[in-house]
Amino acid sequence: MSNAISNLNNINSTDGLNAKGLRQDEWLERLKLFGLGSPALILILVILVIPVGWLFYVSFIGADGSFSLENYERMIASKSYARIFKTTFQVSILTTILCILIGYPLAYFMSQLPSKIANLCLITVLLPFWTSLLVRTYAWLVLLQKKGLVNDWGISLGLWEDPIKFVHNLNGTLIGMVHIMLPFLILPTYGAMKAIDKDYLKAASNLGASPVRSFWTVFFPLTTPGLLAGSLMVFVLCLGFFVTPAVLGGGKVIMVSMKIVSNIELFVNWGAASALGVVLLLITIATLWIASRFLNLNNIAGGGH
Amino acid sequence: MTIKTDALPITVRHVTKTYGSVYALNDVSIDVRQGEFLTLLGPSGSGKTTLLMVLAGFTRPNQGSLLFGDEEVIRKPPHLRNLGMVFQNYALFPHMTVSGNVGYPLRLRKIPKNEIEERVAEALQLVQLDGLGDRQINQLSGGQKQRVALARSIVFEPRILLMDEPLSALDKKLRDQMQIELRRLHERLGMTTVYVTHDQREALTMSDRIAVLNNGKIMQLATPQDLYDFPQNKFVADFIGESTFLKVEKSRHSLIAGGVKLKTTQPIHNADKVALLIRPERIHILETKADKNMNVFDAVVSNLVYQGDSFLLYAVLADGTEIAIRGTIQNDNFVRLPKPGEPVRLGLEASDTLVIPDE
Amino acid sequence: MFKWLKNPATETQITHGGRLWLYVISTIIMILLVAPTLIVIPMSFSDSLYLEFPPKVWSLRWYENYFGSYEWMLATRTSLIAAFLTTLVATPVGVIAAYGLHTSRFPFIRLAFVTMIMPMMVPVVLVAIGAFYAFVKLKILYTITGLVLAHTIMAVPLVLIVTGAALKSYDMNQENAARSLGAPRWKAFLTITLPQIRFAVVTSALLSFLTSFDEVVIAMFISGGDNPTLTRNMFNALRDQIDPTIAAISTIMILVTTLMVIFAQIFGREK
Repeated sequence: MSNAISNLNNINSTDGLNAKGLRQDEWLERLKLFGLGSPALILILVILVIPVGWLFYVSFIGADGSFSLENYERMIASKSYARIFKTTFQVSILTTILCILIGYPLAYFMSQLPSKIANLCLITVLLPFWTSLLVRTYAWLVLLQKKGLVNDWGISLGLWEDPIKFVHNLNGTLIGMVHIMLPFLILPTYGAMKAIDKDYLKAASNLGASPVRSFWTVFFPLTTPGLLAGSLMVFVLCLGFFVTPAVLGGGKVIMVSMKIVSNIELFVNWGAASALGVVLLLITIATLWIASRFLNLNNIAGGGH
Repeated sequence: MTIKTDALPITVRHVTKTYGSVYALNDVSIDVRQGEFLTLLGPSGSGKTTLLMVLAGFTRPNQGSLLFGDEEVIRKPPHLRNLGMVFQNYALFPHMTVSGNVGYPLRLRKIPKNEIEERVAEALQLVQLDGLGDRQINQLSGGQKQRVALARSIVFEPRILLMDEPLSALDKKLRDQMQIELRRLHERLGMTTVYVTHDQREALTMSDRIAVLNNGKIMQLATPQDLYDFPQNKFVADFIGESTFLKVEKSRHSLIAGGVKLKTTQPIHNADKVALLIRPERIHILETKADKNMNVFDAVVSNLVYQGDSFLLYAVLADGTEIAIRGTIQNDNFVRLPKPGEPVRLGLEASDTLVIPDE
Repeated sequence: MFKWLKNPATETQITHGGRLWLYVISTIIMILLVAPTLIVIPMSFSDSLYLEFPPKVWSLRWYENYFGSYEWMLATRTSLIAAFLTTLVATPVGVIAAYGLHTSRFPFIRLAFVTMIMPMMVPVVLVAIGAFYAFVKLKILYTITGLVLAHTIMAVPLVLIVTGAALKSYDMNQENAARSLGAPRWKAFLTITLPQIRFAVVTSALLSFLTSFDEVVIAMFISGGDNPTLTRNMFNALRDQIDPTIAAISTIMILVTTLMVIFAQIFGREK
C-alpha cells in the first residue's frame, strides 16, 4: 500500500513532461473505481459500524448514566453469566466436534465418487442451505418432541418404552445445531479433498503403505487446511447463534446471544446487553485472529462455495 | 473499406514508468514513422510490452509525452485513442459470434447496421475468413481466432495498429505463415504498426525497423540489416543472431584481440571497454594465404558438427576463447575440414571486424 | 451385486466391499440431512392438531388457516417485498463494489474489503441490536425501508464473495480489448464482462433473496407493527406453542425458495 503512494509521489520535484497531469489522472481513476464500493461502505458504516461503536460506548455507561464498569463487573461476578459463557462454549465445541466426526466421512465419501454422482450428493448437502433456518429448527422440534416422530417410531419398534426427552434440552439443541452447521464444515473439507492429487496416494501405495496407512499419513494431513477452515466457521457461527438454541433448548440452554436479546427485550438493559455484545464480539475476533495465524483465511471465501 | 489508410506517425518523448524502485521504462524517446512497421524487440522485462501499453493507454507513465501525428494523447483514456490492438491471447468475446466480435467496434461508433454487415464481411475477407461470420468463438482454431482478433482491430480503419506478441501461441509452421500474411496485410492497409515480440527472427522477417529494448531503455533503433551487421553494443549483438565475443585490449595505437593486432574498416566506438564481435558465418577457415585486409587467428579445432547443408566448426584460441565458425558444405569439402585436435587458421575480413562497447 | 463388492474402488486397491461401512454411513447421513426438512411437508397436510407422520387424515385446514389469517398474510407480504427489494438493492451494490475492489489500485483495498464483509463476521445479534438503535434514531423502525437496508448489509458480503471469485477467474483482457475498440469502462463492463459473470450475479441475487427471506434475528428487532416478517411471527409462534399452521407455512417457504433456485438456474445457465 505505501509502495503505491510513494511510487506516485516519488517522481521528484523536477517534474517531467505531463507528470503532474498524469498523477492527477491516476488518482482520479483510482478514486472513481474505489468509489464504486462507496454505497456498500456507507451502508455498512451507518448501519453496522457506527451503531456497534455506540454499543461499545454504552457498555461503559452505568445505570445512573455516568461512565462505569459496572456492566462488566456484574458479568464477571455473576454466576449466571459464568454459566451462560460455559454453556456457549460447551455447545460450540461439542457442535464443532460432532460436525467433524459426522461431516468428514461424508466429505470423504463424496470426494471418492465420480463427478456426476458427487454433484448429486452435493445437492443433499446444499439443500439445507436454502431451506430456512427456522423451518429446519422447527422440523427438529416436531421430530424430537414427546409425541414426535422419533419417539413414536422408537416406541413402536420396541427400542424404548417411555418417551425420551430429546428436545428442550442440550441434546436437542446439539442435534439441531449439528444439522444446521454440517454443510459449513463439509463444503471446505470436500473442496480440500477434491484438490488432492491422486498421485500422492499412488506414490504412498507404491512405497509400501497400506490403504489405511496412506490415508492417515498422506491424505488426512493434506485435508487439514479445509477441515480447519470449516471447523473454524462452525465454531464462530455457534458462538453467536440464537435461533436454534432458543427454540430447541427449551429455556435450559442459554447462550450469550439469547441473554443479549433477553436483556433488551425483557429488561431494556442496554448497558448489560452491550457489555455482553462487546465480549462476544471480542471472543469472535480473538478466535478468528488466532486461527489466522494457522490458516490462510482467504481460502474460506473461495473454497466454501 | 479503403486500402492505404491515412497513417499517423507516433512521437514518444521522455516516457518513464516506475513500479516502486524498478524502472520499467527509463526516459524512452522514439519516433515511429508514418506507415512504418516497427517492432519492439527484447527479452521479458525489457519494457517492450510496457511501452506498448503506454501507447494503448492502459499503462499510465509517470511522465512523458505521446503524440499521434500532432495530437498530444498521453492523457487520453484508451477508448478515445482510436487505435487497433491485437492482444497476446486474442481476447475475443466468447459470448458473441465472429461477426459479433468484428462488428463490435462499429456498433460502438453507431454505424448503421447494413454498413456494419458490409464492413465486417470485407474485414473477414481480408484475413481470409470469408463466410465464418456465424461461428462461435469456441469453434475456432488458434489460427482462426488470431485472424478474427486481427479483423476486429482493423475493421474501423484505425490509423495506428498495436500488436502484443500475437503469434506466440501458434505452432511454428502457422507462425511462419502468419508472419508473411501480417506483413502483406500491413503493406496493403498501410497503417502505422507497432509490434512487440521477443523472437528476433520474427522481428527480422517482418519489420521496417526494430527497436531493441533492455531494462527499460532502447539499446538500438535500426533496420533489420543494420542491427544485424552493425550492432552498436554487446546486448544488441548478442540478442540478434549468433555471435562470439573476444576481449579487446586497447593499447595506445592499436587494438589487440586473441593475440592479433586488429585491422578494421569499421568505425570504432569510443568506449572504455570494447569487444570484438565475430559472427559464425563471417569468419572463414583459411586454406590459402591470407590477404592484406584480413585478421588471422591461429586456433585448435575442438569440435566439428555436421548440419546437413552446413557445418559448425568450434575452435579454441590461444587464450582459451572458443569461436564458432559456420560454413556451407559443397564439393565434398566436409571431409577436407580439420578434425578436432588439429590446428586451423581463421580469417576475418577487416570490413567484418566489428569492435563494439562491452557492457 | 456381490461381484461389485469385490471390485477395487480406488487405484490403491481398496475394494468396494472394504468400504461398505463408509457407503452405508454416508447414505444415512445424507438422508438425515434432507429428511427432517422434507418431513414437514406431508405433516402440513395432516388434519390432527398433533402433527403426525404419516398423517392419518389428510386435510388442508392448516393452509386455510394460513391463507385466511390477516396477520400471516401481512407477514408474508412483508417478507416477500423485503426480500425482492433487498435483492434489487444488494445485488448491484455488491457487484459494483466487487468490480471496484477488483480493478482499483487504491491503497486501502484490504481494509475496505474487510469492512464490507464485517456483517458476516460479526454475531448477528449485535447487528440486530445495532440496527435497532440506528433505526430508532433514523425513525425507520418497523418499516420495510429499514428491513431492506439491514438485510442488504447482510447480503452484500455474499454478493462480494461470489462475484469477486467470478471476477478473479475472468480474463480482464477482454474488457481491455473492448476499451481499445472504443468502449468506455462502464460500457465495456456492461457489454462484455457482465454477460460473462452472469452466473455469479444471478447466484448473488438468489443468495440476497434467501438471506432476506430467511432472516430471523434482525427481523425480530426491527420488524413489527405494520410490517412484521414471516420469520418473526413464526419465531414468536414457536416460542408459545406448536401451531401446525407453521408446518403449512414452512412448506410454502420451502416451495418459494425452491422456485427461486430453479429460476436462478434457468437465468444463470450458459447458452
